[in-house]
Amino acid sequence: MPFIPHTDSDIKEMLAAIGAPSIDALFDEIPAALRIKSLAAIPEALTEMEVGRLMQARAQTDGRPLMFLGAGAYDHHIPAAVWAIVTRGEFYSAYTPYQAEASQGTLQLLYEYQTMMSSLTGMEVSNASLYDGASALAEACLMSVRAHRKSKSARIVVPSTLNPTYLSVSRAITEGQNLSFEVLPYQAGKGTLQFDKLEALKGQDITAVVIQQPNFFGLLEDVDAITDWAHANGAQVIAVVNPLSLALFKPPGEWGAKGVDIVVGDGQPLGVPLSSGGPYFGFMTTRMEHVRQMPGRIIGRTVDLDGKQGFTLTLQAREQHIRRSKATSNICTNQGLLVTAATIHMSLLGSSGLESVAITSQQQTAKLVDKLTRIKGVKLAFDGYRFHEAVIQLERKPGEVLEALAKRNIVGGLDLSKQYPELGNALLVCATETRTDADLDAYASALAAVLER
Amino acid sequence: MKTPEPLIFKHSRSGRSAAGQYPQGASANVPEKFRRRKPAALPEVSELQAVRHFTRLSQRNFSIDTHFYPLGSCTMKYNPRACNQYAMLPEFLGRHPLAPNSVSQGFLACMYELQEMLKEVTGMKGVSLTPMAGAQGEFAGVAMIRAYHRARNDLERTEIIVPDAAHGTNPATATMCGCVVKEIPTKDDGDIDVEALKQVVGPNTAGIMLTNPSTCGVFERRIKEVAKIVHDAGGLLYYDGANLNAILGKVRPGDMGFDVIHMNLHKTFSTPHGGGGPGAGAVGVSSRLLPFMPIPVVGKEGDKYRWLTEKDLPQSIGRLSAFMGNAGVLLRAYIYMRMLGREGMHRVGEYATLNANYLMARLAKAGFDPAYPTRRASHEFIITAKKQKNDLGVSAMDIAKRLLDYGFHAPTTYFPLLVPECLLIEPTETESKEALDGFIDAMVSILKEAETQADLVKSAPHTMTVRRLDDVRAARQLDLTWKPAAA
Amino acid sequence: MANIPADLKYLDSHEWARVEKDGTVTIGISDHAQGALGDLVFVEVPEIGKSLSKGGAAAVVESVKAASDVYSPVSGEVVAANDALGSSPELVNSDPYGEGWLFKIKPSNSAELQQLLDAQAYEKVVADAH
Repeated sequence: MPFIPHTDSDIKEMLAAIGAPSIDALFDEIPAALRIKSLAAIPEALTEMEVGRLMQARAQTDGRPLMFLGAGAYDHHIPAAVWAIVTRGEFYSAYTPYQAEASQGTLQLLYEYQTMMSSLTGMEVSNASLYDGASALAEACLMSVRAHRKSKSARIVVPSTLNPTYLSVSRAITEGQNLSFEVLPYQAGKGTLQFDKLEALKGQDITAVVIQQPNFFGLLEDVDAITDWAHANGAQVIAVVNPLSLALFKPPGEWGAKGVDIVVGDGQPLGVPLSSGGPYFGFMTTRMEHVRQMPGRIIGRTVDLDGKQGFTLTLQAREQHIRRSKATSNICTNQGLLVTAATIHMSLLGSSGLESVAITSQQQTAKLVDKLTRIKGVKLAFDGYRFHEAVIQLERKPGEVLEALAKRNIVGGLDLSKQYPELGNALLVCATETRTDADLDAYASALAAVLER
Repeated sequence: MKTPEPLIFKHSRSGRSAAGQYPQGASANVPEKFRRRKPAALPEVSELQAVRHFTRLSQRNFSIDTHFYPLGSCTMKYNPRACNQYAMLPEFLGRHPLAPNSVSQGFLACMYELQEMLKEVTGMKGVSLTPMAGAQGEFAGVAMIRAYHRARNDLERTEIIVPDAAHGTNPATATMCGCVVKEIPTKDDGDIDVEALKQVVGPNTAGIMLTNPSTCGVFERRIKEVAKIVHDAGGLLYYDGANLNAILGKVRPGDMGFDVIHMNLHKTFSTPHGGGGPGAGAVGVSSRLLPFMPIPVVGKEGDKYRWLTEKDLPQSIGRLSAFMGNAGVLLRAYIYMRMLGREGMHRVGEYATLNANYLMARLAKAGFDPAYPTRRASHEFIITAKKQKNDLGVSAMDIAKRLLDYGFHAPTTYFPLLVPECLLIEPTETESKEALDGFIDAMVSILKEAETQADLVKSAPHTMTVRRLDDVRAARQLDLTWKPAAA
Repeated sequence: MANIPADLKYLDSHEWARVEKDGTVTIGISDHAQGALGDLVFVEVPEIGKSLSKGGAAAVVESVKAASDVYSPVSGEVVAANDALGSSPELVNSDPYGEGWLFKIKPSNSAELQQLLDAQAYEKVVADAH
């Protein structure tokens, strides 16, 4: 029997110890009418060899197209050592470190992670992870409402250049708690927040202003001015950032005169494969004064009975298993293994390695934009300072172009025409350090060929 | 295992790096206002130093692969290696979540078939795979219940009924969804108090959240009656799938009358727990909740698969993740279900239950007190150490810690809260009789120690990297990040 | 055996109240309550100026493994809060009726004071809990 070790004599001895005539008798408290007759829709079992063949066939159906798509999930090189260690059984098959003495490995790793993440974002404390970047923003909005006691409005101001899915997710998750989201437009032709729309809110009660840096179009926002404006107007600031970009760009803890209040984002660029969108992990860092309002697990360093250093879950009274209906969030198990990957990844690359990856990605995207915009009928939507994504505009419908590119085994970007119709036939493209110059040329010539038709 | 491993930062030396890992010679021209001034304090170590450090840390963990892990309510069963290997095929790892459907048919086929299989084993009419953990599945479930009442203009239904033995996530979720929690008591035999339920249901009832078998480790025998009471009052029934392993292949939540369920794929369908995730909390719904499922869902038209989104499900409660949840976890669950097959599904519930009842019977004979001695165990059961606490001064926590010295992970302690000195024990179906016997021997031995040298048990563990930790100090003098000055 | 001063009033949820000479009421948690919770690691006191109603949640006391709401025994406005607990929550453990007080209220309905338990009645509550 797959995965079940019992022999016939085991079963007999065990039933004798229980005093039951059969395994079936152990279910005698379940009303007979409810018992399953059959599971006809479940196929017969496959052996490991057969399932391997099936999965390989499915994988080959999808193949490995050349990819120029980012939009919140980025294809970076992951050192071989990262997943070799992550999939060790001691990490892979352990559970949440409730028994601290038997979980010091995971706990120490999480403490190291908290240290790295706090430093990368320029903040004082980090939790041990949330589900993903989008849900982390939802949690940050709820946290801001709790932490900012002077604001009574539960009103969150977001720029329209925030990843649109992040806004949808934040709305869905906070739906029962009476938050309101107010979307401010970007400046036409520039692609960054239209500052006078923010100015127009002066004097109103705003709980928090959300800033995404780089924004969804890949452009850098004037984060110092927005942060200072928000603080001057009594609002908190929630930063949504790509952690890789922070090796290069000013961390949110240093934005404006005081730095932001809460930082969130998706940790995927730190050692997590694209993997169809998950599992990734969300991160959250903040100032010490807000630590008790932070959701998710937090690890602290302490001492044992002999005074020796050790690590343990702390501030648990915020969490659902103690606070129940008054918890900061219902979150419990989330993305521990991905944090393990990120911690190893950050250790292997260090600051200079991450910076080098960030710069190379930025340069490859700049080259890509240059090559693509030389094609007739392709132009750049915004020419501001960028990280590693850009919006290009075509003379044909992006959906059709993307399908034609897919036939040539190229994933050419994200069609923005539904979410940003005012941009016309716009495409969000991305190149990372994993796209070579030859890859960029391949895309450019494929796009030229497709557009010529 | 006793030697300490220093923090990674202690291995760090300025100028050292694992330089083979990234492109060399890149330099950027970043405008001053955007430029990072001081590099982040990440460690500077060689590849070998990093590999050795994290390998050594891994060795300071208990895990299923190394130890029996009878953590109640967590279903720590074997995670087949094949599930990991085939979910990590390069094509799956490299697939972008927003890639066009035309280059995603292989992946979408797996997801569609997983939805269909989960529908069959739970008896529900629709499945959405997007919730990223049990708690998010719970959120989706309660949000759907709210959306259902709202769509019927039944706006006063804001009360969620929760038994006092429920997981903490149940009341926390209800609050997150803007509902008010009404607790009902559990009776001495472990069943919920149906009379109390009758008192509390009414025109404000949105629904009830139940775990069945309950966290007390027993099957709710009057479930059909409970379903009728709640439905007659206009409420819906939510099934917390934390204990689905107990009944897999034996009875289905849909047949019991539940309207919505979440499944912890990392429990019942054996995806890894990963030291605290990633999980996956797929939700299943009855026909009345189909329009409200979280998106995206995979649909099939002819022989083509595609994502169903806002357009297809305009009444959906929306999106809970940036893409489609923990896809890699879902692939692992899919592979596991294909390897179990139809017959294997039935066996899961059977052998999980056999193992639990065997452990309970043997431990009872050895002098431990089951909390519900008149009941069958489900896939788990509770031992109460109240007697040991009163007579010998040895608590459930002491026994749990001493078990670590014997090479067994501790059961879940002090949950559910209503049983004093509670040890919630779940062996799972993948453990052999020898493993269970070894655990029983350890428990018997600890009981003897408690009688003759209680201090040994009360000061356990003695063989781990650290002894008991000062939790009070951890909470009062918060030390949450390493700082060079404090080193 | 927990210390239950005879001159105080109590709630059966283990809060004590003391009427001061100036008419304000000082509120804390009983010796029994602090013992049951164990070492406190955090105390959240209400903001000054906040108006509370009798029986409403007013403060939170946290130990490592538990968190409890503290209910106000009387209605009124918060006129003082014990800020020392921010850095020294252990004062509630060491001196629950003295330095471990939580907050002071200016009562809006003095009749409510008459409805509280006296020491004898509270002693019975504690005894029954065992």
